[in-house]
Amino acid sequence: MNIVQYTKAASLEEAWELNQGRGAVVLGGCCWLRLSPQRRIAQAIDLSGLGLDAIEERDDSFKIGAMVTLGAFGSHEGLLTYTKGAVKEATRHIVGTQFRNLATIGGSISGRFGFSDIWTLLLALDADVELYKGGRVPLSDFGKTGPGKDIVSHIIVPKKSSQTAYASLRLNETDFPIIAAAVHVDGKDVRCAIGARPGRAEVMTLPVDTVKTLGCEKAGREFAEKVTYETNQRGSSEYRHDMAVVLCRRLLAQTMGDDV
Amino acid sequence: MMITYWLNGKKSSADIEPGMMLYDFLRSQGCYSVKCGCETTNCGLCTVWVNDVPVLSCAVLAVRIDGCQVTTLEGLQEDAKEFAYYMGLQGADQCGFCNPGFVMNVLAMVRRFDSPTEDDIKEFLSGNLCRCTGYMSHMRAIKEYFKAKGKEVRS
Ligand SMILES: Cc1cc2nc3c(=O)[nH]c(=O)nc-3n(C[C@H](O)[C@H](O)[C@H](O)COP(=O)(O)OP(=O)(O)OC[C@H]3O[C@@H](n4cnc5c(N)ncnc54)[C@H](O)[C@@H]3O)c2cc1C
Ligand code: FES
Ligand code: FES
Repeated sequence: MNIVQYTKAASLEEAWELNQGRGAVVLGGCCWLRLSPQRRIAQAIDLSGLGLDAIEERDDSFKIGAMVTLGAFGSHEGLLTYTKGAVKEATRHIVGTQFRNLATIGGSISGRFGFSDIWTLLLALDADVELYKGGRVPLSDFGKTGPGKDIVSHIIVPKKSSQTAYASLRLNETDFPIIAAAVHVDGKDVRCAIGARPGRAEVMTLPVDTVKTLGCEKAGREFAEKVTYETNQRGSSEYRHDMAVVLCRRLLAQTMGDDV
Repeated sequence: MMITYWLNGKKSSADIEPGMMLYDFLRSQGCYSVKCGCETTNCGLCTVWVNDVPVLSCAVLAVRIDGCQVTTLEGLQEDAKEFAYYMGLQGADQCGFCNPGFVMNVLAMVRRFDSPTEDDIKEFLSGNLCRCTGYMSHMRAIKEYFKAKGKEVRS
């Protein structure tokens, strides 16, 4: 990589101050950044010495440090139990073990990638992003702005009595998803996120009672038809739409079972 | 920038450029088992261990190994030889290009799992691409290697 100055930040304040300069770049796992080796990085800011690589389970939430790797996120016992395995399902196709030991949650969120499995799942889980200066913002709002000159310190996943499921469709095992979907059901609402359309994931909500009345098939279609799809090398917009209907239906059946 | 690290158990220091990637650095230290196949974090060929965790050295900045233990195939010759025996027996190598990264990840996997399923193995190794073998011979060799280690692969 083309780095002029590298600093391992001693505090978030130092990282933030350095990040205000021109050409400053925050380093996550560098898996994405390293794809542009010519890009001149005047100031690289390494967050790896700030203890942001831990997942803290609290009574009402999970607090996930920005430097937590996708591997650690997808295999965390508390998150696995809470999401009924969805964290594993959303990460296990991402490139490979060695990659997931590097790529971070902070980098995945800050990159705001359209193909992101992580975005799709975290939107359904109603996660918030904690910015060092900007405080706590809902992930969907963060999607519109990105981190800007701020630094993502944590992702907060609220805990509710709920059911969660995740599914994606890929041309082959470790490719980007053609379409990805996540469903999260609590006592009141069904949240359904659809990503890799190929645009960034969007989340929709319907009351549980409405989904029960509609049934999985109709409710799945209703969710899938609320967003738009586009065509790229991996699939046409029609195919994406049709597969989104299928994934939503399956995830509703998985999470709501005999209730619908 | 000055870094201090342990390479295959031996403590060293080096003065490096901040943008240098780990695989370039390791090759400059004589570890020619470390190769770069894709440079886009896709193929797994550049796999090394940092603090016993398998990672892609094409995506790690060399400055980040400061204070860390780095292991390459040069430091695992006995284990590699043992596994290579089963690879040879099963014809699990053709051009051999993918071999160093693949072996590094298999050796990490055998330390991680006691009785994995075939699916666990496929998932663990899905980031190691091989354009020749079709992976079936790999799977046979891995099963024999696990057996030799007193471990089993569940179907
Ligand atoms: C070949 C390849 C295949 C992939 N396949 C998939 C896939 O199938 N599914 C999927 O979901 N993802 C996939 N990804 C994306 C991957 O999972 C990560 O999201 C991506 O690598 C970014 O994470 P990182 O830690 O490497 O971030 P980096 O590359 O270090 O950074 C990415 C961006 O985020 C910024 N950043 C990092 N951390 C912070 C922070 N704390 N605060 C503010 N800004 C920050 C950086 O400045 C940079 O702009 C793929 C990536 C690659 C390279
Ligand atoms: S060279 Fe690192 S993954 Fe291909
Ligand atoms: S043996 Fe040729 S790439 Fe694997």
